[in-house]
Amino acid sequence: MGEAIVITSGKGGVGKTTTTANLGTAIAMQGKKVCLIDTDIGLRNLDVILGLDNRIIYDLVDVVEGRCKPNQALVKDKRFDGLLYLLPAAQTSDKSAVNPEQMKELVDQLKQDYDYILIDCPAGIEQGYKNAVAGADRAIVVTTPERSAVRDADRIIGLLEQETHEPPVLIINRIRNHLMESGDMLDIDEVTTHLSIDLLGIVVDDDMVITASNKGEPITMNPDSKASIAYRNIAKRILGESIPLMSLSDEKPTFFQKIFKLLGKK
Amino acid sequence: MIKGTKDGFILMLNDQCGYEVLKEELIEKLSVQYKAPADGQAVKARIEAGNRFLTEEQQEEIRQIVHQQKSLLVDDIYSNVITKDEAEQRVREKEMSSMTGIVRSGQVIEVEGDFLLVGDVNPGGMIMAGGNIYILGTLRGIAHAGCYGKKEAVIVASQMLPAQIRIASKLNRAPDQDDESHEMECAYIDDRDQIVVDRLQVLRKIRPGMTKVEGGI
Ligand SMILES: Nc1ncnc2c1ncn2[C@@H]1O[C@H](COP(=O)(O)OP(=O)(O)O)[C@@H](O)[C@H]1O
Ligand SMILES: [Mg+2]
Repeated sequence: MGEAIVITSGKGGVGKTTTTANLGTAIAMQGKKVCLIDTDIGLRNLDVILGLDNRIIYDLVDVVEGRCKPNQALVKDKRFDGLLYLLPAAQTSDKSAVNPEQMKELVDQLKQDYDYILIDCPAGIEQGYKNAVAGADRAIVVTTPERSAVRDADRIIGLLEQETHEPPVLIINRIRNHLMESGDMLDIDEVTTHLSIDLLGIVVDDDMVITASNKGEPITMNPDSKASIAYRNIAKRILGESIPLMSLSDEKPTFFQKIFKLLGKK
Repeated sequence: MIKGTKDGFILMLNDQCGYEVLKEELIEKLSVQYKAPADGQAVKARIEAGNRFLTEEQQEEIRQIVHQQKSLLVDDIYSNVITKDEAEQRVREKEMSSMTGIVRSGQVIEVEGDFLLVGDVNPGGMIMAGGNIYILGTLRGIAHAGCYGKKEAVIVASQMLPAQIRIASKLNRAPDQDDESHEMECAYIDDRDQIVVDRLQVLRKIRPGMTKVEGGI
C-alpha cells in the first residue's frame, strides 16, 4: 500500500509542478514505483515538463467519468524502467469536472499499485485545491522566499491543518543566495519561523531548471546541477533517510573552517 | 410604591400580580400621587421590577406609561430575573477560552470572553474577543479585544508586532518603520481615549480589576 503526497502552495508559479516532476523522477531513480497525477485541469503542464505530452491518449477526467480504466490513461515514462507513470490532467474541461470524492477513490485505488502517488495541485484554494488534497495522506507545501508566497503558504497550511492530514512539510524553492545574504529576500529562518512547520528541503534558483523543463528532461536527471542534488536529497528524505540540508554557498567557509583558520591550521 | 430620593424617584413594582394588572395599578398610582416638577426639568426615575421578568417590549411599555403619566425619565429598569440565554451569554463573556497553535493567514478566531493563545498570530490572521486577549507568542496579524464594545479590554503579547490592533471601536495601525523589540507588551485605551502600547508592567496599575488573586508574599 503506497503513500499519497500532495504538492501545493496557494500561490501560482512558485514551483509546484517543477517539484512534482523532479521529486517523482528522483524517487523513481531510488527504485520506487511512482505515479504522478496532474490535477491542474484546464492548465496541464506536468506532461510537458516530463516530455510526455505527445503520448497522452486519455486523461484524469476520462478516468473519473469512466471512459477508460486508470491503467489506460497512465502514461509510462520509458526512461525509468516502468517505475514512473503520469496521469495527465484534462485540457478541455475545467476544475468542476472532478469532485473530491472521485479523487479520493482514484488515489486509493492507485495506492494499491504504487509506492508513491505525487499529486500536483493547481494554484488557489478552490475546487482544484480541494480535489488535489482529497486523496492525499500528507502534504508538501512549496514556497519561495517572498512575502506574498509565504503569506499564501500560511493560508494553505491553515487549511491543511483542518483536514486530517499529518502536519505538512515545507520546501523553499528558488533561493537566491546573494539576495538572501543582502537581506533583500527573506532568509530560511524567517520563512520557517513564520510558518512553523518542518523544513523538508531547500532548492536554489537555477537557470538549468528552466532549460531542463523546456527540453522535457527534469533537472534531476542531470547529476551536476545544484538543484538536481537538492531534489535528490529531498527524495531521500521522503523515503526516510536523514540527509542534512546542503549549504547554500560552497565558497563561504563554515564555522569550523573559520576556527581552524584562526588556529593557523588548514 | 413610589419613593422619592435626591436623585429622583424609585418606582417599586408589584411582582406578584399579572402584567395587565400591573399596568393598571401603575397608571392609577401615578395619576393619584401627582406632584408637578418644581422647575420643569425632567425628573429621573428608576424602576425596580423585583422578581418579575420583563421582555424588551414590556420594558418599553412601562417606560412609556411612566413618561406619559408624570413626564418622568426612566433611566433604568432593574429586575432580579434574567433569561437563561442572557445568563449563559454573561457566563461566556466571563469565560477564558484558549487555543494552542497558530492563527494563520485567512483564519479568524472569535470568542465572547477572554482569549488565551499559546502560539502566534501570523500576518493575515485575526483574533476577536469580547474581553481581553493574551498571546503567548508573536502577534503579527490583527487582534480585536473588547469587540462588542468593552473599552477596558486589553491585549497582551510576548511579542507585539501587530498589523493592526483594535480595542472596542478604536483602531491602531502598526508604524511603517519600527526596529524596536516589543517583547512583553500590552495595549489598552488610555484616558485620552487612544490605544497605547506599553510595557506589560503598567497593566497592574491601569487595570487593577484584572487582578483577581489575593495574597502571596
Ligand atoms: N529552482 C528553480 N530555479 C529556476 N526556475 C525555477 C525553479 N523552480 C521553478 N522554476 C521555474 O518557475 C516557473 C514556475 O514553475 P512551476 O513549477 O510551473 O510553478 P507552479 O506549478 O507552482 O505554478 C517555471 O518556469 C519553472 O521553470
Ligand atoms: Mg503548476
